Amino acid sequence: MNEIIRLEQIKREFIVGDEVVRALRGVSFTIGEGEFVTIMGTSGSGKSTLLNILGCLDVPTSGEYYLDGISVREMSKNDRATLRNRKIGFIFQNYNLLPKTTSIENVELPLMYNREVGHAERRQRAIAALQEVGLGDRLTHRSNQLSGGQMQRVAIARALVNNPVIILADEATGNLDSRTSYEVLALFQRLHRDGRTIIFVTHNPELANFSSRTITLRDGRITSDTRNEHMASAEEVLASLPKEEE
Amino acid sequence: MDINNLLKICIKALLNNKTRCFLTMLGIIIGVAAVIAMLAIGNGSKQSIRAEIGQMGSNMIMVSPGNGQFGGVRQSGSSMQTLKLADYEAIVKQASYVDKITPTVQASGQAIKGSNNTPTTIYGVNDQYLDIRGYKIASGSCFTESDILHAAKVCVAGQTVVDELFPGQDPIGQTIRFNQIPMKIVGVLEAKGYNSMGMDQDDLLLAPYTTVQKRILAINYIQGITCSALSEEYTDQAIDEITRIIQTNHDIKIGQENDFNVRSQQEMMETMSSIMDMLTVLLAAVAGISLVVGGIGIMNIMYVSVTERTREIGLRMSIGAKGRQILLQFLIESIIISVAGGVIGVLLGVVAAKIISLFGMATAVSSFSIVLSFLVCVFTGIFFGWYPARKAANLNPIDALRYE
Repeated sequence: MNEIIRLEQIKREFIVGDEVVRALRGVSFTIGEGEFVTIMGTSGSGKSTLLNILGCLDVPTSGEYYLDGISVREMSKNDRATLRNRKIGFIFQNYNLLPKTTSIENVELPLMYNREVGHAERRQRAIAALQEVGLGDRLTHRSNQLSGGQMQRVAIARALVNNPVIILADEATGNLDSRTSYEVLALFQRLHRDGRTIIFVTHNPELANFSSRTITLRDGRITSDTRNEHMASAEEVLASLPKEEE
Repeated sequence: MDINNLLKICIKALLNNKTRCFLTMLGIIIGVAAVIAMLAIGNGSKQSIRAEIGQMGSNMIMVSPGNGQFGGVRQSGSSMQTLKLADYEAIVKQASYVDKITPTVQASGQAIKGSNNTPTTIYGVNDQYLDIRGYKIASGSCFTESDILHAAKVCVAGQTVVDELFPGQDPIGQTIRFNQIPMKIVGVLEAKGYNSMGMDQDDLLLAPYTTVQKRILAINYIQGITCSALSEEYTDQAIDEITRIIQTNHDIKIGQENDFNVRSQQEMMETMSSIMDMLTVLLAAVAGISLVVGGIGIMNIMYVSVTERTREIGLRMSIGAKGRQILLQFLIESIIISVAGGVIGVLLGVVAAKIISLFGMATAVSSFSIVLSFLVCVFTGIFFGWYPARKAANLNPIDALRYE
């Protein structure tokens, strides 16, 4: 199994006023290709800080972070931007779609910042990604014409379009009702079955059952790291839910 | 990211906010249109003044008596009697850059014919005066060499005088009285109309200078010499030459003050032009202020836009936009606003200039003013877009993504 992420004694400290806040106090783990990892923790556990570091938006105060074999700690801001563009797909709780913009244009956005992808290829890849998340019939809908679940699926397509080595989802179901949440989870599980590597950050313990591995954070340290031999199927849960009235 | 993608992103972002975008542009549009129209008015009046002065003869040179002193009392130039016919004759003989030349004397008075009369000015000149000043004979003929020699009581009348004294009649061969002196009209001048200073150029009589000197003014000096250089580019040489000749004639030593002045029409034109230039600059400056206000409008809107789109900026950064690309995006957005505003402003300014010219004011839109205002627009876009764009580029993506 290829190693996608390797953290070695990651520490991150913030200075707030006169106080030093230790958000991460030595976190180490590796994530292999094809894993679906849930990072769980209450607020203040350091999971957001960890996510920022994993997403190359932030650098650790000390410790080493290797993404796909590349050391991130010493990288310049611009190099990290390029790295994010090529290797990471972000999914946010509030979707962060561009307003009044069609699905296809939203999904194309990461490729706009990639010189190597031409216009025709960009469009074709965006359409493929939208089809992959089941929005083949919503290509030219504007973001304000879509439901929450659809918007999140556009965001997922946007995270897939650059073929990242890792997908980082930050409370991706936090703004959705439970039914749509399970739909999105089922989509994640399908992506996982297709071999994608996914890190799902959440504070909701229920969601941990649907991933292959759960890492729990508390006060900046890992308190548990367990493999989940029997993943629950989001599709089954979805089927067991009472049907919505049409 | 190539510039094409960047442009696409910018245009998209601007189109998402059409009304705001247009209102921001409006500041620039009005500013540029005002600058173009003001410069057009300035240029137009300058050109029409130049044209009129040119009509009077652009290579015209005038010699007038200079200031002098009588017993320590400084006298005004016009009351001096320093210019003599000998000066005129010396120039005729010696000058090589001078083409046409005439001595001038003038007198004001009342021209009378029967029950009609009109105040006018009689100019005592020779027949070359017509060529120098650009007058043409409409009917009849000019007075002759022998008329000058004999101080004949003949004159050529301007159209205004003819209209006043001979309504509906042919004046040729008729005799009028000017200050009690009977004068026979031998010719009528073609009408020239008013000049730029509002003077009626047809309200005059031309007579042999000898006649005006002896019969009307009873003087033996002349009041001025008017001549033309061979062509416009020889004007300076001609002035130098004339100055030297008269200096020699008047026995003026080096370092002594000249008792005469030599001035060219070109100088007058330059003086007028410089006055108009000043006026133009003044008008343009006032209009320019509105352009600056428009620029501040852009800056204001770009700041609002950066704040409003903080999350979008965070997202762009998280999916791989570099600070420089964000900077460029906002910079290009403000440049697009200002340049588009500039283009519309130029068109509006040109139309405004046309409309103003319909109301009888001379306007001329110069390509210089268009290029200038266009460059100013680009500069405005860069200058006023820079700070908001830098603010956007320096955002921390983590904070930007969480911005509410």
